Amino acid sequence: MQGNSLRNITILTALLLGVGFSLVFFYAPLDADQGFIQKIFYLHVPLAIVALVGFIVGGVHAIRYLRTNDPVHDARSYVAIHMSVIFGVAVLITGAIWAKASWGVWWEWREPTLVSFLIVFLLYATYYPLRYAIPERDRQARYASVFAVTAGAFVPLNFIAVRLAESFIHPRTFATANGGLPPKMQLVFWICLIAIGLLWYTLVRFELTAKRTRGQLSRLRRALDDSPPPTGTAARIAPGAAAR
Amino acid sequence: MSRPPGIFAAARIVLLKDLRVELRTLESVPAMVLFATTIYVIFRFGLDRTTLDGGLAAGVLLVTVLFAALLAINRLFVAEREQGGFEAIRLAPIDGTALFLAKAAALITYLTALEIVAIPIFGLFFLDDWGGIPPLIPVLILLNAGFAITGALISVIATNSRARDLLAPLILLPLLVPLMIAAAGAAQGLLAAGGPDYADFTQWLVVLGLYDLVFLLIGYAVFDFLLED
Repeated sequence: MQGNSLRNITILTALLLGVGFSLVFFYAPLDADQGFIQKIFYLHVPLAIVALVGFIVGGVHAIRYLRTNDPVHDARSYVAIHMSVIFGVAVLITGAIWAKASWGVWWEWREPTLVSFLIVFLLYATYYPLRYAIPERDRQARYASVFAVTAGAFVPLNFIAVRLAESFIHPRTFATANGGLPPKMQLVFWICLIAIGLLWYTLVRFELTAKRTRGQLSRLRRALDDSPPPTGTAARIAPGAAAR
Repeated sequence: MSRPPGIFAAARIVLLKDLRVELRTLESVPAMVLFATTIYVIFRFGLDRTTLDGGLAAGVLLVTVLFAALLAINRLFVAEREQGGFEAIRLAPIDGTALFLAKAAALITYLTALEIVAIPIFGLFFLDDWGGIPPLIPVLILLNAGFAITGALISVIATNSRARDLLAPLILLPLLVPLMIAAAGAAQGLLAAGGPDYADFTQWLVVLGLYDLVFLLIGYAVFDFLLED
């Protein structure tokens, strides 16, 4: 049942990613200004949007954990943030590549979106040392949830502060004369955004399933260890072991 | 039967206790002042400059205050951890958030004391023109509040973890970046070479105030969860 829905969603994600990137290369028109390199936009921007939304989702699950004390919500919050941090690495790398290609530098401090993203990423990177520094499981979940809520509120504040501090030099692909993005490009962008969002969701589902399975396995193993060995049969199977 | 104290009354009691401890032991503030002064000396040689203005002055001044604040933040809950203060607060018939308010207020007091000494020293060392200092006061008040609110929140987390002194700066520094951006943005105009320049000053004050307000509300909402056991 669970495996089936997971398989379906995996197939759907793979299909949509395939369609999305085929459209990027064969359907979306070349950017007049930046040429071929602009196509990284269809990867970089959806990754960034999905990562940021993922951080917020992690915060929402954290609030639910604090309200209900149900470890499921903590696991969801953790996996959402974990996946978004991984996506975040991809955002920073694709961002650097785009910056190099269109501005000639690997890093651009005057670019508020990139800098904001880096700060958010650095903050969320401390989520791991925080979790691993707290051995008690309940407290770990509670503290991590408090962190996720605090950091979730930090994301918009940070974007405001950095944006105010810097001039605008990012290619405002959307803002250029509002609807400056041609309809063909817009269509491809939305498909890519949905595909990347689905990819995030699928990976989160996979990790949650893996976590749950691992939990079940260790519970079964513990139950097996604790149950008294059936006398008689054990001796018959391994007489030496019983004597030792 | 007397009623248990309200949240503000309880916070006042804890704050007075903290201030009395600080006055008797002089654990935090003198160390912060000494630390800040030494950092100024290091900046003088690190930057190889004898006078500073504009963005550089703002950076040196505020980063030093930030690092000095980290010293106090690391120590903020040490007594509570070592002497059972957390349990006492949980047992007492008061709102746990009182502890948050009290600790934030204590931090604000320490930082104000630090700045009263450290900023004249900074002026003496580096500034030609002290005209930018008085208008800096509202910026520093809002900055201190921001340090104190986030500091008190993160300090509890760090104190109750295994990594302690490592974790607080690790989480706090990225969290404080927007606050530093806004404070530095306001201060660099005020400390500009040709006398204070008030362009964008209000805008930065609004950002500082917004930051303080958001984290105060969050701290108020979540602090109780950090005390449960």
